[in-house]
Amino acid sequence: MTPGEDFVARLEARGFDFFTGVPCSLIAQVLSALERGVRGVYVEAVREDEAVAQAAGAYMAGRKPVVLMQNSGLGNSLNAIVSLNQIYRQPFLLVVTWRGFEGKDAPEHLVMGEAMPAILDAIRLPWEVYAHDRIDAALDRVEARFTERRPSALVIPPGVFEGHA
Amino acid sequence: MSAGLSREQAIAIAAAAVPAEAVVVAANGHVSRALHAVADRPANFYMIGSMGLAPSIALGIALARPERLVVVFDGDGNVLMGAGSLATVAAKRPRRFVHLCFDNERHASTGGQRTSSAVVPLERLAEAAGYAFAARATDEGGFRAALARAFATDGPAFVLVKVKPGGLPPGTARVEITPEEMTDRLRRVLAGGAT
Repeated sequence: MTPGEDFVARLEARGFDFFTGVPCSLIAQVLSALERGVRGVYVEAVREDEAVAQAAGAYMAGRKPVVLMQNSGLGNSLNAIVSLNQIYRQPFLLVVTWRGFEGKDAPEHLVMGEAMPAILDAIRLPWEVYAHDRIDAALDRVEARFTERRPSALVIPPGVFEGHA
Repeated sequence: MSAGLSREQAIAIAAAAVPAEAVVVAANGHVSRALHAVADRPANFYMIGSMGLAPSIALGIALARPERLVVVFDGDGNVLMGAGSLATVAAKRPRRFVHLCFDNERHASTGGQRTSSAVVPLERLAEAAGYAFAARATDEGGFRAALARAFATDGPAFVLVKVKPGGLPPGTARVEITPEEMTDRLRRVLAGGAT
């Protein structure tokens, strides 16, 4: 089982059953697992804010949503997060990758790579950097935020979902 | 351009045509306020922000609960902003999904600035994307006929109705329900199976 497959399996075991997003190569393993088939719903969104809004609808319909995106899409999704999910109290797990991590990446990722922590803090979206050996503790915290009806984020740096477990 | 219906007339006709078991997602701006004024119910969800995203919220509901009829009350500015979502709705092909666009060719709630829907046929975008049914109505008879066909369609249906530009009637209240209350009442509807 790859780390990506394990991640999806653990999410499903905790009842996450609606997955939507726009791809990033840093989570290709996770997306492959979703594409191979999940018990719940998997939607390929055209834009990151669309995925966040789908999660809002799915939550109201009784699902436990996960939104996946590259951090280049975080800007695209801000209005949905702050004027829909946060104020309407429609929680979701945001899995967002860290392109531009430590300032090492292509030019289009460098500003967001540096700004992302401050952006997440500014909109008061709880987040933590994900590591596979801390998965259960991290998901416990995500579920605690869910109980409070707040979105929260797991930020995926390079290398986490590569190779085999 | 002249159209036979006011937005309020069109919304009232559409609201009366929506089956009691349907969930309605209404776009931000005057569309939500007009619907709320004429036909509020717990299964109506009013967007106050997140412009462009009403069909995405609706699609999330429809994919989570495929047996449910989901109806979108959208506006031309919203549809243009979220035009990419026409592709997603068409591609996922929810079977019970009716997407209405009340097209006044304006951003009414910010002072009446023009949108491009006067020259861009939004129902043709939906049709090209692959909606199972798409139609434009310009008068009451045509709108009622298109609504009937849309609600009978197996697959996503899009109906655009041209409406006269103009503000809300004097005395139209703001939506006083809080966002959290809107979520909770719709959750209760969807959990309980009743409206």
